[in-house]
Amino acid sequence: MTDARAEMRRYAIGAILSAVLTLAAFWVVLADGVARGTALWIVGAAGVAQIAVQLRCFLHIGSASKREDLHLILFSALLAGLMIGGTIWIMTSLHGRMH
Amino acid sequence: MSGTAHPGLNLGASDARAHERSETPVFGFWVFLMSDLIIFGILFAHYIVMTDARAFGPGPAQLFDLKSVAAQTSLLLASSYTYGMASLAMKHRERIRPVALWLIVTAILGATFPGLELRDFANMIAEGGVPQRSGYLSALWALVGLHGLHVAVGLVWIAVMLALLAVRGLSNRTKTRLLLLGLYWHFLDLIWIGILSIVYLGGLA
Amino acid sequence: MARQATDPIFGRLDWSVTPFDDFLAAPSIDEAVASAAAAAVPLGALAVIAVLTWKGLWGALWRDWLTTADHKRIGIMYIVLAGVMMLRAVAEGFVMRAHQVTALDGGVLSSEHFAQLFSTHGTIMIFFVATPLVTGLMNFAVPLQIGARDVAFPVLNQVSLALTASGAGLVMISLVIGQFGTGGWTMYPPYTSATFSPGPGVDYWVWAIGISGIGSTLAGLNIAVTIYKNRAPGMRFLRMPMFTWTALCTSIMMIYAFPALTVATAMMALDRTLGFHFFTNDLGGNMMQYANIFWMFGHPEVYIVVLPAYGVFSEVSSTFSAKRLYGYNSLVIATMAIAVISFTVWLHHFFTMGQGARVNAAFGIATMIIAVPTGVKVYDWMATMFRGRVRLSVPIIYLVGFFFLFVFGGLTGVVLANPTIDYQIHNSQFLVGHFHNVLIPGVIFGVLAGIHYWFPKAFGFRLHERTARVGACLWFAGFVFAFLPLYWLGLMGMPRRSATYDNPAFEPVMWVTAGGAAIVVAALGVTVWNFYASTRDRAALACPVGDPWDGRSLEWSVPAPPPAYNFYALPQVKSLDPWTIEKAEGAPYQPADAYEDIEMPRPTSLGVVIGGAAFAMGFAVTWWVWWLAGVSLAVIAGAVIARAFVQDTTRTIPAREVEAAHQKVLQQARQIRAVDRDDEIAPANLGHAAPEVPA
Repeated sequence: MTDARAEMRRYAIGAILSAVLTLAAFWVVLADGVARGTALWIVGAAGVAQIAVQLRCFLHIGSASKREDLHLILFSALLAGLMIGGTIWIMTSLHGRMH
Repeated sequence: MSGTAHPGLNLGASDARAHERSETPVFGFWVFLMSDLIIFGILFAHYIVMTDARAFGPGPAQLFDLKSVAAQTSLLLASSYTYGMASLAMKHRERIRPVALWLIVTAILGATFPGLELRDFANMIAEGGVPQRSGYLSALWALVGLHGLHVAVGLVWIAVMLALLAVRGLSNRTKTRLLLLGLYWHFLDLIWIGILSIVYLGGLA
Repeated sequence: MARQATDPIFGRLDWSVTPFDDFLAAPSIDEAVASAAAAAVPLGALAVIAVLTWKGLWGALWRDWLTTADHKRIGIMYIVLAGVMMLRAVAEGFVMRAHQVTALDGGVLSSEHFAQLFSTHGTIMIFFVATPLVTGLMNFAVPLQIGARDVAFPVLNQVSLALTASGAGLVMISLVIGQFGTGGWTMYPPYTSATFSPGPGVDYWVWAIGISGIGSTLAGLNIAVTIYKNRAPGMRFLRMPMFTWTALCTSIMMIYAFPALTVATAMMALDRTLGFHFFTNDLGGNMMQYANIFWMFGHPEVYIVVLPAYGVFSEVSSTFSAKRLYGYNSLVIATMAIAVISFTVWLHHFFTMGQGARVNAAFGIATMIIAVPTGVKVYDWMATMFRGRVRLSVPIIYLVGFFFLFVFGGLTGVVLANPTIDYQIHNSQFLVGHFHNVLIPGVIFGVLAGIHYWFPKAFGFRLHERTARVGACLWFAGFVFAFLPLYWLGLMGMPRRSATYDNPAFEPVMWVTAGGAAIVVAALGVTVWNFYASTRDRAALACPVGDPWDGRSLEWSVPAPPPAYNFYALPQVKSLDPWTIEKAEGAPYQPADAYEDIEMPRPTSLGVVIGGAAFAMGFAVTWWVWWLAGVSLAVIAGAVIARAFVQDTTRTIPAREVEAAHQKVLQQARQIRAVDRDDEIAPANLGHAAPEVPA
């Protein structure tokens, strides 16, 4: 049952890391004296880190999985990034010229 | 073994036949979730673009209750963990009872989440924060509401799985479906991290 | 939006919604056209029902087609659906052209009616002709080409088709009950918002497109997973036929592009039905976001429909030149490049929206770049034919037509990709000329080539070659006269989508285009007639051995029509063009070393139930019949859940039976004389090809 034990540990690590990252994000928002820009960066970084943790520990994406799964996630991230980034770029440019 | 691993928990050596049978459905469902990710991605982009389109209506400071949001975050994270326990029970113990028990725990945690969310929505309506009020509120309700809808569908799915466990037991097909539900449930937590970071914490930072 | 009080049972449906009463109240050509079109739908349905009853075909229709999970039949049904929709959309195109010759300072149709015509024409051509045509071809050919028994999810495949069909049904019923939206196929708000278009027309569009869009997402998912997971042993990615490569890229694009359409239509539905403010004029709504989201789908969609056509051209240029495809690797890379770059160019559909010059420049450059891989492909196909032993068969005629016309259309696209020029000619007939010039010679010619190429595989007999050649030449001529003059009109300043014009210089050109439209109608008529005539003469055109064109990929190694499980034994693939190699080595049609039990999906009515309920739901929301919408949604959910409890979803065909069937077809292949390419269109061609040597 060592297999089971290792997997059990992995879920526990994932949950604990996620909780810590969530707490960190809440803390920078609630704490006094953190500039808005800094807080946003930290919240964003904690969010990305937590997504990575959960992909690794809960969804078991990693070195053991087939390459096509990782490719799929990276390709999805690329296209989502193009769509989100493109939208923000276009609409900000448009907004800036509407005044 | 690593040659055929798929996203989510792998049944692997503990049940080779179920593992082989589940490979294509799990991959297909993961692709479907990536398609769903694009839907959420566009709603995120729309929300960001519409942040200032408040038309003098209420904004994050009036609408959000961080305590409730923190509770919802904990509930989802805990339910993700308990679903993991259900998967492990299925993989290593091969008995219906522990799987069903962990599923029920997941469902209870999961059902409290939309409960709190509905209470938040009611409070928002009381503050005048209905989706018809502004472009910003439409974007907010669409994004958070779609996630809530996904959680509700997930709860129905858990109920169906409990019924399937009772009727069919831990057959290969039931196991595959539990793997798919696992992907779905963990995926919803990933989306929630985005909502928490961009909508709630980003809005109040 | 304040909704007026409506009937709890019938919503906003009442007896005034058909066009017939308007015709009776005030007869005119305009109303007569509307009434005739509205009458054609129920009359056509009645005719089909009558024929089915008369011939006693209901049982066969239900058993063999509507409930089947066989990818070949589902593919054929996609193409039949697209064909029926194409009849309507081509007729609409012809009516519009006929109207335009009278439209100097007036015209026979009302501008409202004209607007409905161009809206339905575009909507149908993109969503219910081009998309199902390529989906059907991919469904039919991909599993056969990669040596698979079926797609990865056969039942889901059936559901995808049903969702597409229910969307098509909504567009069709809008002819009879109520009317369609008038906002063009893109339905830009705020014109299409509840404030300015309160009627049911835009709702029909929203639900037809929303429902069929989900079907297309699932269809793309299915084909992509099939190619990833169901390839025969040895079929590595770089041994896949080119059509399969384009199908892979197209299906991946469907997975990522259609969600944008789903979001756009869902937001539009929320705006219109529940009073949200995504795209409205007031309270912070932003209609520019609609253009942005819609074209994140819309541009990839163009490549979604054209890539499989490129795949067909790759197959036919190689098969009918008896030569290996030139530059296989470069074609693979070009296909992948197009698939990715097509997600970076969507803004060129709205250069004039008002964003800054930097944004326009970036998207303009990306648009010009995407023309490069397409150019690579054209050179590859020409090089494939160069010094080949080319037969001027129907698919090759379409390919040559494509060379002339598509390159021209592509070049006008590069012209339009320059934002400064686009400011001058956008929204003019120049644009109409451009996109017809890429979509017809690209998609329609490609699909027609594919249909003529694979028809014998699907049905076991060839199409009449001579009639089909006449049809192909008519398509070419009709296109030239109907669409090339539009560039001229556009440069003279004629806007698109205008029901009337006041410049007499446009009128003679309009006569030319109307003549061209008549030739297109004739081309379509000849093509449809040929299906009938060839079916009638199928005994003389039979090719049961299944290899009438001396094909190169695996689908030609099985008899025509193929067995439900496609392959008697899964092939071992050792190279590109495995069937050609097998024939050249002199050992085709061999029994397998071993046969095994084959597990195939059982028929199911899930698709019919879900498609029917989706249709009812779309209709109900369009007409505000809320109870029916709720019931339909519950039926869909119930059907999906109930399906989870069904056991015995597959049936097993014993190995002995498979072996016996294989022995029988092998014996037939040995008995039938192999013909060489000189006899390709003679009755002696029973589908046993004498191979050209060397491979």
